[in-house]
Amino acid sequence: MPFNLIRDKGREGRRGYTLPKPDVEMKELETVLPKSALRKEKPRLAEVDEPTVIRHYTNLSRENEGIDTTFYPLGSCTMKHNPRANEAAAVVPGFAGLHPLQPEAQAQGALRIMHELQGFLAEVSGLPYVSLQPLAGAQGELTSILIVKRYFDDAGDEGRTTVLVPSTAHGTNPATASMAGFRAKEVGLDDRGCVDVDELREMVDESTAALMITNPNTCGVYERNIKEIAEVLHESGAFLYMDGANMNANMGRMRPAEADVDIMHFNLHKTFSTPHGGGGPGCGAISCSDDLAPFLPDPTVEKRGDAYRFVHPEKSIGRVAGFHGNFGQMLRAWNYIRMHGPELRDVTDMAVLNANYVRAQLGGTYRIPYDELCKHEVVVQPPQGKRALDIAKGLIDYGYHPPTIYFPLVVKEAMLIEPTETESKETLDDFIGTMLELAETSQEDLEAAPTHAPTRRLDETRAARQLKARW
Amino acid sequence: MARFTPHTEADIQEMLDAIGVDTLDDLFADVEPRYKGELDLPPALSEYEALREVDALSRENVSGLPIFLGAGAYDRIVPSAIGAIISRGEFLTSYTPYQPEISQGTLQSIFEFQSMISELTGLEISNASVYDGANAVVEAALMTARLTKRDPKVAVSAGLNPRYREVTETYRVEVVDLPFESGTTDYSSLPDDVSGVFVQSPNFFGVVEDIEAASDAAHDVGALCVAVCDPISLSILEAPGNLGADVAVGEAQPLGMPLMFGGPYAGYMATKEEFVRQLPGRITGETIDKDGKLAYVLTLRGREQDIRRAKANSNICTNQALTALAATVYTALMGPEGLRGVAELSISKAHYLAERLQASGFGLRYQDASFLWEFAVELPDVVRANEALLEAGIVGGLDLRDGAMLVAVTEKRTKDELDAFVEVVSNAL
Repeated sequence: MPFNLIRDKGREGRRGYTLPKPDVEMKELETVLPKSALRKEKPRLAEVDEPTVIRHYTNLSRENEGIDTTFYPLGSCTMKHNPRANEAAAVVPGFAGLHPLQPEAQAQGALRIMHELQGFLAEVSGLPYVSLQPLAGAQGELTSILIVKRYFDDAGDEGRTTVLVPSTAHGTNPATASMAGFRAKEVGLDDRGCVDVDELREMVDESTAALMITNPNTCGVYERNIKEIAEVLHESGAFLYMDGANMNANMGRMRPAEADVDIMHFNLHKTFSTPHGGGGPGCGAISCSDDLAPFLPDPTVEKRGDAYRFVHPEKSIGRVAGFHGNFGQMLRAWNYIRMHGPELRDVTDMAVLNANYVRAQLGGTYRIPYDELCKHEVVVQPPQGKRALDIAKGLIDYGYHPPTIYFPLVVKEAMLIEPTETESKETLDDFIGTMLELAETSQEDLEAAPTHAPTRRLDETRAARQLKARW
Repeated sequence: MARFTPHTEADIQEMLDAIGVDTLDDLFADVEPRYKGELDLPPALSEYEALREVDALSRENVSGLPIFLGAGAYDRIVPSAIGAIISRGEFLTSYTPYQPEISQGTLQSIFEFQSMISELTGLEISNASVYDGANAVVEAALMTARLTKRDPKVAVSAGLNPRYREVTETYRVEVVDLPFESGTTDYSSLPDDVSGVFVQSPNFFGVVEDIEAASDAAHDVGALCVAVCDPISLSILEAPGNLGADVAVGEAQPLGMPLMFGGPYAGYMATKEEFVRQLPGRITGETIDKDGKLAYVLTLRGREQDIRRAKANSNICTNQALTALAATVYTALMGPEGLRGVAELSISKAHYLAERLQASGFGLRYQDASFLWEFAVELPDVVRANEALLEAGIVGGLDLRDGAMLVAVTEKRTKDELDAFVEVVSNAL
């Protein structure tokens, strides 16, 4: 039975960890706590030995694919190789054992890492003020939009009620706008899949607080009119926020500040190679212009003389994390940037080269809705009559993690392929060969896939209708 | 530099030819405004050089000493098996399990995490985790507003970790104060328009609160009760779900996560089954595959941002899968008896220290309150005490800046360290 739960492998009385022997007199709980507060029944947790724990989770891991096991061209997620030096950095005891409330004088090494990383991100974006606190990309977005909100509140401008979002946007963008108290309104696209500047011009007015743009956008196309878009917004006093999910296409080639972006977020787990971990933890650092800097989350790090210290932005929106953010991810990203320096541009170049190579080789068989130079990712559509879902499941049988499918929403049967810079030409050629083969595979065989994975296709409706989310 | 890109010059040329452009620069022909300078970053280092610098910087931190700081992050034992599991590439380098056929490892581990949280909290449904404890508190506050169809307005006391309160306010939730005396919260007179009533137990000062009183009072005004609990404490304290709490949330860091200067940690959230559709974040459910084989999948996806966009419960996208896995492995290793052992050791050591401090003439801030492993002790000069402790190789407690120090004692502290603490503080003051 491959799917036994850890609890099914135990027996009452087994233990997986031995605690130190008591060296003070043990208190009877009844003597220090009211009896009514004490638990009456013990929780039904696993009672297992360490060998069983290790074997159970090792075997579970083998039911998973990761970048370490396969090509993982999941569009919009930048599944690049995670250098192990980053992991080595993150277990150094002087950092791993540091309590977040130790005074600044006891944490100078950590504060220096944070201060330098703030500087690195400011340089990559051109936007000089940075907060590392947001704990994920979606929180970086929300923090940015809350800053915009606070800016207008502070200026006494109560009429700014709308945030514009292109129809290609990540789902987090409109959700963020709502959560920050704005109404999200969708802007249409031109025939290149980019923000329709004429439509934007029509929509922007005194009620617009910001536009949330992703550049390159989620079709992998560079938003060529970004400066003009910024101008339209700025003319009516609104801000341009950039979703930095796709910064892997920009490093050293385009700096958002020069495109007049006001505020943006980074995904350290995408661009700067901190591991995705099965879905977090990440880090959604943000950077912004002078106008918005007073509103950054509390605190940021400053260098005064030879010492590093926390400073509290004057009109801060407050804190968005319990402590200083995901320091472990900051340390990994710092290490990654130190290993690349200005050569981060080569990372971007190779990522864009790989995506365009895939585009060139799949074109003709797969439809390329925006067939021009792409950036770090390319959106393709299966040949007539075939479904993205079936091709994706077919890829699983060949040992690949499928691309992102059915996103962006504006492209029917979309398959968003992001190879990243860490894949070799041979890997890409094999993948392309498989994609071309799947285009020729019979519908019947595709619908049967996967047959070589740990499971076949799942009954997702049953999971929702007969909800069972615990043992 | 350390290189992670495999292409040779020959590869690059062949690929450019296939694309039909001459140079790498040509790939950016459409980029306007194009950045033409060189990024002003320190020169690239090799792996060895970078790690040598990490090591040197780590020595500028004070570390390796016994720590008496808590206040939301605890210096607990992290069993070695956790690192072995969470560093496996199949877990470490995968992403959100959108393709369940090749993500059963992540999905089952989340299912187990949810099960453990449900067991500890006494509530039917747990999500796959959120960013951290503070964010779990915020998400719970917003959830109470959706469920009661009231504006987000929550009642809290000084017993709630002030950082949780700050994050809640950042998210534009109105916060009203409840009276806090003698170490516990008074729930006797609640405003009648709040959506949620928060009870943290043990509270910020380490004192066990009356969750039942809080939930009765909340329900009397048509609000929901959110309990904020240290998961280790739930091995010995009655489960909040059995005391009337509608939602339980908290910081999972004590379950096997290193302090790491504040993160990554993970927040947990559990609720009653009837409220599941308003629970934010990922949820894993059981199902079967085409052949009838048992398997796991992300479920009730209609609540989430990538499906519902502007109408989603939250903009939250990922959970904290890897740190939640650490919590799962920790809880499996410890089991109910091990968790209880951690709690009992911490309580016994904390009470030993509190008794010795009192015997030396330092009073506890809340003399009659029942505390677990954290307490506020009144000292004539907290700054001086902490300086003296640091000189003696001890990281003291949190200066509450009102003449008291918040002291946390975990199972890692030895009798020698506790005795040294008392001696140093007595001599210094």
